[in-house]
Formats: sequence, C-alpha cells, structure tokens
Amino acid sequence: MSVLEAVIRSVAVVAAFLVLPLLVGQTEHKFMAHMQGRLGPMYAGGWHGWAQLIADAAKFVQKEDVIPAAADRGVFRIAPAVALIPYMAGLAFIPIGDGIVGADVPASAFAVLAALGVGILGHLMGGWASANKYSMIGAMRGAAQLVAYELPMVLAVASVALAAGTLSLSGIVEQWQPWWLLWQLPGAIVFFIAALAEINRTPFDMPIADSEIVFGAFTEYTGLRFAFFLLAEYAGIVVMALLFTVLYLGGWAGPLAASLGVVWTLLKAWIIAAIIVWMRVSWPRLREDQLHRLAWVWLIPIALFQLALTAVVVVMTR
Amino acid sequence: MSQGPFAFVAGLAGGLRTTARTMRRTAITQEYPDVLPDLPPRSRGVIALVEENCTSCMLCARECPDWCIYIDSHKETIPATTPGGRDRQRNVLDRFAIDFALCMYCGICIEACPFDALHWSPVFELAETDIRDLLHERDRLAKWAQTIPPPQPLDPAAPDPAELAASRKPARPARPAADGAAAAERPARPERPERPARAERPDRPPRAERPAGAERPERPAGAERPARPPRVEPTERSMPLPRPQTDDHGAEAPRAAAPGAPAAPEAAAAPEAPATAGEDATTQVLPTVASDPVATDGPGAQA
Repeated sequence: MSVLEAVIRSVAVVAAFLVLPLLVGQTEHKFMAHMQGRLGPMYAGGWHGWAQLIADAAKFVQKEDVIPAAADRGVFRIAPAVALIPYMAGLAFIPIGDGIVGADVPASAFAVLAALGVGILGHLMGGWASANKYSMIGAMRGAAQLVAYELPMVLAVASVALAAGTLSLSGIVEQWQPWWLLWQLPGAIVFFIAALAEINRTPFDMPIADSEIVFGAFTEYTGLRFAFFLLAEYAGIVVMALLFTVLYLGGWAGPLAASLGVVWTLLKAWIIAAIIVWMRVSWPRLREDQLHRLAWVWLIPIALFQLALTAVVVVMTR
Repeated sequence: MSQGPFAFVAGLAGGLRTTARTMRRTAITQEYPDVLPDLPPRSRGVIALVEENCTSCMLCARECPDWCIYIDSHKETIPATTPGGRDRQRNVLDRFAIDFALCMYCGICIEACPFDALHWSPVFELAETDIRDLLHERDRLAKWAQTIPPPQPLDPAAPDPAELAASRKPARPARPAADGAAAAERPARPERPERPARAERPDRPPRAERPAGAERPERPAGAERPARPPRVEPTERSMPLPRPQTDDHGAEAPRAAAPGAPAAPEAAAAPEAPATAGEDATTQVLPTVASDPVATDGPGAQA
C-alpha cells in the first residue's frame, strides 16, 4: 500500500465518519418528530431542514469552552477524542462493498470489537475528570454496562465467525447465505440488544439518563467537546448498524450485487439505524438493575446456546 | 418482566405499533411564521381601545392590578345650545396608553369598562426589541380595534341576551316623588323577614297595569306587611328601564339596592329581597349589558 493510497483511504474513512452520523442524526430528527406528531426541523438549508445538523455544529463551534475549576484539565480535554477515535478506527475495518474497506485486515471482526471497547474509556475519563457526581455516576454506569454487554456481544460474533470459518468481515459476507437469517437469529437478537447497550441508546441509556443524572459523563461539557461526544454516539449507531448488516444481513448481498453492493450495505444499515431510532421513540429506559439482569440472565445464556447450535451445525455439515 | 417474557415482548411491540401509527398520520404542527395559527374564538391576544367609547372615567386604570394603564384627560366646556341654557362639560381624552411590559393580560380593565371602550383583540404578535417600546399609545391601541372580531353567535339553547329579555318586559312608569315623604318610616324594616317569598305570590300583576297613583295600591299580599315603607326613587332617573323578573340576579340584588336606598344598612340586612331590590334594578341591568358580547357589536361598526 503506497502512501498515496493510505492517504486516500484515510480521507475516505474520515469523510464517511463525518457524513454517515449526520445522516443518522437527521433520520432521527425526522423519524422522532413524525412519530410524535411533529414536523421536526423545517428551516435550516431550505428543504425540510436538511442542514439542521450542520447548523447545530456551527452553533457548537461558537460556544464557550468551559472547564470546571475542580476538573482534571488535561484528562477533561482529551476525553472526547478518546471517545470518538475508536469509532473511527472501527469504521475503517468494516467493509461496505466487495473490497471496499478502509483497512483490510485478516481478523477485522476482532479488530472492530477491540476498537469499540476502547470508546468507553472516553466516557470514564470525562466522568472522572469532570469532578461532578453526576458525571461520575454516569461514567460508572457506562463502564458497568459495557462489561455486562461486551460478553454476549463477543459470543454472538464468535458464533457468526464460527459459522463462516473466518474472522474477516469480508470473508463472513462472502460465506453468508440467506438461511443464516434463521440459523443465526438468536445470535442476531443478542448482538442487536448488546449493541444498543454498548452505544448507550434507549432503552439502555442509563449512563446519560437525563432525568436522573443530568447528562451523565457529559454533564460538564460544552461547545465542541460536547459535540464530539454526541458525534461519537451517532458514529456508534453507524458502526453498530454496519456491523450488524455485515455480520447478519449479508452485507452487500442482494440483486445486482456486483454494481449495487455498496448501496445494499448502506440501505440495510440505514434501516437498522432507523429501527434503533424507532426504539428510542417507543420505549422507556430500563432500570439499572433490570439492565444487568437482562444481560446476565437472558442474553449470555442465549448467546451460549447460539454458539452451541452453530458448532453443532458446522460439525454436521462439514 | 413480572408477567413473563411474552407479556414483556408484547408490551414492547405495542409501543412500536403506537409510534408507527402516529408516524403515518399527518403532523398537527402549524408552521407558524409561514401559516397563521387557527386562533379560537374570543382569543385573548391584546387589549384594543375604541376611543369613541372612552369617557376617561379611569375605572380601567384603577382596576388594573399592576397599574399599567395611563390616562390623561381634560375637561372642555360645551356652550349651551339654547338661550339661557347651561353650559355643559365633557371629558376629552388626551392620552391612553397601556404598558404591555407590565400588563399581565388579566382582562380586568375590559370587564371594568362600563362603555365597551376596551376589547380583546386576537392580535398576538407584540414582540419588541426594547422593553420600552412595549408602552403602546392610543393610536396603536385604536389600530388594534380594527381587528376585534364580531361576537360569537349564541349557543342554540342559550337564554336570550339581557337586552332582549329586558326589552320584552313592559315599561315601568316613573315613580311619583310623593313616595319620598314616607321615607321617615324606615325603622319599621326589621319585620321584613316575615314577608312571604317572591315565588309565593305569582299572581302579582305586572307593574305597568298598576295605577301609578300617589298611594301605594293594595297588593294581594299587602296586608301581611303593613309596615313596609314606600321606597325612595331618585327623581332624576326618568327613563323607565325594565326590571328583571328572573331570580338570576338575586345575588346581585343587595349590591344593586344600595344606591337606591339611602339607608343602606337596612338594605343589606335583607339580602334575599329581590322583589324590593328589583325596583332599583335599573342599576343592575347596566353592567350586564356592558359585559354581554351581543351588546358590543357597536365597536365593529364604529371602528
């Protein structure tokens, strides 16, 4: 890989990282509004408020960057970057078409999961450095949530990798067949729920539960740093939706896959993101103990059952 | 989850179904700056002034809870129109202003105005960039008078408006001044509670059929209250205003009785005396007329 190619790939990943979360955010604006009988943004940009999130970004840039007096300044400042960068790294490993991937590595499924696990460090650092009890509680909730849900998620991904016989995401898509939808269904459900919990989306948004602990680890953040945390949340939706598409929905598989592969991947991922938004509008937040009960009593046994089922089928068919 | 996982999942699906159904419906949002909202009738936007009706009586300014109404006026003399007549005086309004930075839109001034000079207008776009610009003078208040909507039609089964009901009653003749001579007998009043209630004498003739003689004629129930003195009627009130027949205004009766009866304490001692108070009820019809919307179709025509 030449330097030029590396630069082009990096720029493409960064561009996707900046555009796709905005698309998801706009989808959320509009879906949420219409599901609540409203219209949502209608002015920014002219046509149905398409530029609302760009206007929001411009607003965040202008805001004062406040750091609390008691805060650990250095940690407080780099925490948003620590929360944001892992999602960008994860995005680079996810293929969206045949051979269209930021960085093609052999064990890309492993690499994506490893990168996503780092994101919570940003929340922990921000929550600790803010010197605020709500930030602290939010960060601790987020960490406990990640520990609880990382396990079923990894087990579910392991099941798919076992079925495909490879840890490469591109390889998994190539091996994928439609009947896997049924075969891997329990694992897909577990993965989806665990992904929701990892990116702190409703009904698993206790780390930022605004009715209980203000805004969790982001309570003391303002301006651009706060916007980075928000961008990390929507980048998380993008990464998780793409990952779900690649692992369970066959990625770019579909009619005219040779020329329309990227469109299929993005369309499937967009539908997944829309479902995530739909859930946010429809459901209330779980209690903290219910969250952990769900993970340990339901998800992990189901994931283990899926792993055993996959192993039995693989042994019998090969 | 206490009812098992299936009920739990059914509940989740119900939530998704509800939001999806809402999404299929048209949003109810009114895009306000582009589309003006559908305001309800009798919408209370801003207070408008019909200058022609204002007599500078200051009632609104005095009733205003936060003193946001400013009124300046002076008196002008109107020369007599007939030789040997008396010059008259009238108030001329110099300034009428409402400070909408102070106004809390309670509408008490509108209720208080006896001449329907103040009205609710549905105009609501009142924002200014400086709080001092919220003090609006009479020209602006009068401009809002153009926007006062016509009154709403009455409900199908509503009772007749007070003016109509009053106009159907026979006119009341003027009281002779000779009755005033008997006013000295007032102390006999405490016997009044023994009087039969009004409903017990439905055969009482309308007042117009009674002779307007100097002596009070014998009523059917007159023998039971021989000590009741004739009432004093202000002589300058020559216009025969109708009296209400219903008991709806019974609660207002003691208040209305006060101006007609110089011995006010006795009048207050008999609160359930609508029949007697009714003779002075001309004062009580006026506020009713003033606050009734039907009576106010004038401002639209005047504006």
